[in-house]
Amino acid sequence: MQDSMLERIAADPNYQELRSKRLRFGWLLTIAMLVVYYGFIAIIAFDKALLAKRIGSGVTTWGIPVGFGVILFTIVVTAIYVMRANSEYDDLTERVKREALK
Amino acid sequence: MRPTMTPGRFLGMSTLLVAPSAVMAAGALEGEVTKQATNWTAIGMFGLFVVLTLFITKWAAGRTKSAADFYTAGGGISGFQNGLAIAGDYMSAASFLGISAAVMANGFDGLIYSIGFLVGWPILTFLMAEKLRNLGKFTFADVAAFRFEQTPVRLFAAISTLVVVAFYLIAQMVGAGQLIKLLFGLEYWMAVVIVGALMMVYVLFGGMTATTWVQIIKACLLLGGASFMAFMVMSAFGFSFERLFAESVRIKTDLAAAEGKTAEEAAAAGQSIMGPGNFVKDPISAISFGMALMFGTAGLPHILMRFFTVPSAKEARKSVMWATIWIGYFYMLTFIIGFGAIVFVLTNPSFLEMKDGVPGLIGGSNMAAVHLANAVGGNVFLGFISAVAFATILAVVAGLTLSGASAVSHDIYQSVVKKGRADSASELRVSKITTIALGIVAVILGIAFEKQNIAFMVSLAFAIAASANFPVLFLSILWKGMTTRGAVIGGFLGLISSVVLTVLSPSVWEATLGNPKGSAPFPYTSPALFSMTLAFLGIWLFSVTDKSRRAAIDKAGYLAQEVRSETGIGASEASAH
Repeated sequence: MQDSMLERIAADPNYQELRSKRLRFGWLLTIAMLVVYYGFIAIIAFDKALLAKRIGSGVTTWGIPVGFGVILFTIVVTAIYVMRANSEYDDLTERVKREALK
Repeated sequence: MRPTMTPGRFLGMSTLLVAPSAVMAAGALEGEVTKQATNWTAIGMFGLFVVLTLFITKWAAGRTKSAADFYTAGGGISGFQNGLAIAGDYMSAASFLGISAAVMANGFDGLIYSIGFLVGWPILTFLMAEKLRNLGKFTFADVAAFRFEQTPVRLFAAISTLVVVAFYLIAQMVGAGQLIKLLFGLEYWMAVVIVGALMMVYVLFGGMTATTWVQIIKACLLLGGASFMAFMVMSAFGFSFERLFAESVRIKTDLAAAEGKTAEEAAAAGQSIMGPGNFVKDPISAISFGMALMFGTAGLPHILMRFFTVPSAKEARKSVMWATIWIGYFYMLTFIIGFGAIVFVLTNPSFLEMKDGVPGLIGGSNMAAVHLANAVGGNVFLGFISAVAFATILAVVAGLTLSGASAVSHDIYQSVVKKGRADSASELRVSKITTIALGIVAVILGIAFEKQNIAFMVSLAFAIAASANFPVLFLSILWKGMTTRGAVIGGFLGLISSVVLTVLSPSVWEATLGNPKGSAPFPYTSPALFSMTLAFLGIWLFSVTDKSRRAAIDKAGYLAQEVRSETGIGASEASAH
């Protein structure tokens, strides 16, 4: 890539929007994932009884929906990011590319 | 299936109940196994799998002409296919048999363990996947060394790749040998040689195309088989989790009572499978182990390599999404399968045998899913699951070997020795020679480590990937101030410290080297918390203090790297077919 084109892309508002949006959203979801997973581990490490508590009168404990919930959360946040990236970010990328190759 | 009684340490149920960590800390398949009678149904099914995959290899060989075909299937794999292949790479026989066995023994703890393997995927998606695709060509070193001095960073990445691959490979080879002895009734060394030979055929002739399809087929078979088992278990309980759990708790309570516990103790032992047990011993171990699994996923060379097989960043994203869905679904299935094993296997005398007065599973604790296959689907389904388990190891081993071979041929031979001037044909020749060498070494190490306690090896591979590959890759993408010096010193600090701390930890110091219990100088399960911190600090310190001319070039190169990583302009395209 030539330096002139590089500077043009870097100065393109579409590029700056793409970069800052993706960075912010990526970090936001990363932090959400870290909080959920290490929160789960911390509950187990510091208060085992909490997740061993039964729901209602059966043997099923709160640990089951929480554990399965962490798995579902993992899948859902990934899907949210990918869907947004495949529409919004890819549109922005296309615009940046069009500008750059003009 | 008739058991042949061979002498050997037998891992009985009661041992498992009091000492879960031996199984839990293992990503690898381990624990003593007893050789079973030759199972012709299983061998026949496996034979079918081999014939099918060899046809695919023949087809793939016709499409494998250049180095790009060999490493990345010419970039022509779709996101959905790649997602399945990544899942195929990641769902090892150890996670299928090991996690379902852990759930059978300890219930909820098995779920905690499997969740750790899943949570790295979103991180990889959010911060790295598409950028990897935009910056790299064949190996993760392409990305890590993008704007740095090639020779030192490539050497670091290649060494780190080979170390990770070696530990992962040994664990798989030993697992293969044990599993085949268990399932097919063949000798250990024969199993290891068969795995080594088939893997070499796939990789040598079919390269990444054949490896990918072997992984896709295996992933479909494994997901299909596991779904069927989970369905059969749930249908027996009217698809009510509560009824399945209630029956499991009742059985565990009875088993505890039969061991001579008082009614109260037995009831507590039964209910204990529904909550966290001994898996999380101390918070530091838990966090450290969680970090190794989470960030190790984003640093495993054979997984990272898969991102270069798709044509664009969009497909790279789709790959991780599908991979996350399949892997998450798979871990839910193994949880159900583990509880199914409590109900259908632990209560059925034909799957149990008495050893030293303790009841245990015929063939060892890892047989939970295999016996359950027999219980819900009869002998033919048992053969199917056995064949799938073997196919699973084969696919993982092929992926590992390909990534090791690419580190030698692309990173060392092409980039360091030939300074990027070797032609595609000679690079391809070097990767094929390396594949043969790696195959032979894997077979020899697999046989050499037969009697060793290798429980630590997969965890170690994850810890190294998290402590050496991940920090270098992550910071090279996101931090402008990183320099060649910082990358190399920080990376090696992570690599060396994770290996040394693992050797000093209980799983090697006590379990493998035989030192007395409690004598390990490093008391925690995983080194990642410390070795990752050290790597990040090392990279930071040796970058900010780096005033060399090279450091100025490294920083000046960031903008070009950033633009390409964000937009894909200039990224290597899929080669035409």
